[in-house]
Amino acid sequence: MENLMLLFPKLVEGALTTLEVTVVALFFGVLIGLMTSLGKMSRFFVPRLIANVYIEIIRGTPILVQALFFYFGIPVVVRTIVSLITGDPSFRFTIDPIFAGMVVCSFNSGAYVAEIFRAGIQSVDKGQMEAARSLGMPHKLAMRKIILPQAVKTILPSLGNEFVVLIKETSILSVIGVSEITKVGQLHTAVTYTPFSTYLGVACVYMILTFTMSRLVGVLERRLAVSD
Amino acid sequence: MIEIKHLHKSFGKLEVLKDITETIAANEVVCVIGPSGSGKSTFLRCINLLEEPTSGDIIIDGVKINDPSLDINKIRERLGMVFQSFNLFPHKTTLENITMAPIEVKKIPKEEAERAGMELLRRVGLEDKAGVYPRALSGGQKQRVAIARALAMQPTIMLFDEPTSALDPEMVGEVLQVMRDLAHGGMTMVIVTHEMGFAREVADRVLFMDGGVIVEQGTPREIFENPRNERTQSFLSKVL
Repeated sequence: MENLMLLFPKLVEGALTTLEVTVVALFFGVLIGLMTSLGKMSRFFVPRLIANVYIEIIRGTPILVQALFFYFGIPVVVRTIVSLITGDPSFRFTIDPIFAGMVVCSFNSGAYVAEIFRAGIQSVDKGQMEAARSLGMPHKLAMRKIILPQAVKTILPSLGNEFVVLIKETSILSVIGVSEITKVGQLHTAVTYTPFSTYLGVACVYMILTFTMSRLVGVLERRLAVSD
Repeated sequence: MIEIKHLHKSFGKLEVLKDITETIAANEVVCVIGPSGSGKSTFLRCINLLEEPTSGDIIIDGVKINDPSLDINKIRERLGMVFQSFNLFPHKTTLENITMAPIEVKKIPKEEAERAGMELLRRVGLEDKAGVYPRALSGGQKQRVAIARALAMQPTIMLFDEPTSALDPEMVGEVLQVMRDLAHGGMTMVIVTHEMGFAREVADRVLFMDGGVIVEQGTPREIFENPRNERTQSFLSKVL
């Protein structure tokens, strides 16, 4: 009990960090995902190629490796290049762990969201696009006003699932030193040797976050269902 | 006026339209009939470039529209299209379906577009359904809304792609009535249809298509009472 009293404020702080990373990654993940799905369905070769390579790389590698690579690997490259150019070998460059976490999670989520969007857009009857175009709507306008609203409605359950996965995957960022919930728990139990109660507390906080997220998506689903 | 010159359309190796040349005059009502797979829908869809012609020209009021440098959206504003499967926007109310393109494309103020939209709904007898989503409409009502939606862009030509084929028989009449009113109002119309009675009554001219070509054409009287081509005779003997 005493342990939990000590742990609780730390967990709240950790939860805020988790939430911060999740919200940013969710926003950019959807943005990157939408653009990538449109790129993948483009009639031009280059956007299709970029989208495919991006999706395959992200889906083909573990997020743990992506985080390690970006946080530890990229600064080495930057250091090397800058040192070469300036001739100053003492140049130092590091990435803020929270920022790195946001970037990794955004791009990771984006690849999965892209495939969700693509499935959603392709599930809209092609007569919808034809009707919109026959009314003189340009392709982009038809996409934005006719196709995407219908696609979002159908993909909301899978999108919600992806958001829940995203919350849980931020726990990976503990390995690059982001003091999110899992990291807080690890540090705490390393001092107190109370793994059972600590990780139970950690799990509960994740539960609260994921449960709230799926409720929020549920509310959104019901609000979009008015035309049914 | 629509001029179609040496229109060819192929899907891969399948040649669907084989060198069609045809002129449709202003205010003319033309019905296209023929067996399924004859290319009549493709022919219609080529007129507003929903299908891109493989070769040949589509000229509307003197402008060659299948010219890549042209803004096809501007031309499509003048060509209304009604589909077999209605294709109403399910996430928009009846009135929103009608006002969307005028507001978004023509930048007409919302109130004005809504006033015009209500007027169109009255014309098709559905003013009481303005706030309803398409899901709650019957097939006949959906198609009447679809016609109103196309008319909202104030087209000079209306294209109909089997507008009554997906309807229950008792709803065909209400849609045909709206089309009849349009025809009497002087709209240029190209109608792909299986409603022979309607074609006979409303059309100025009937085109019979088979195998990707216009096999025979003439006034409804000529086609229905005195078909000269053997394929026309055989088709009509099956459907009449």
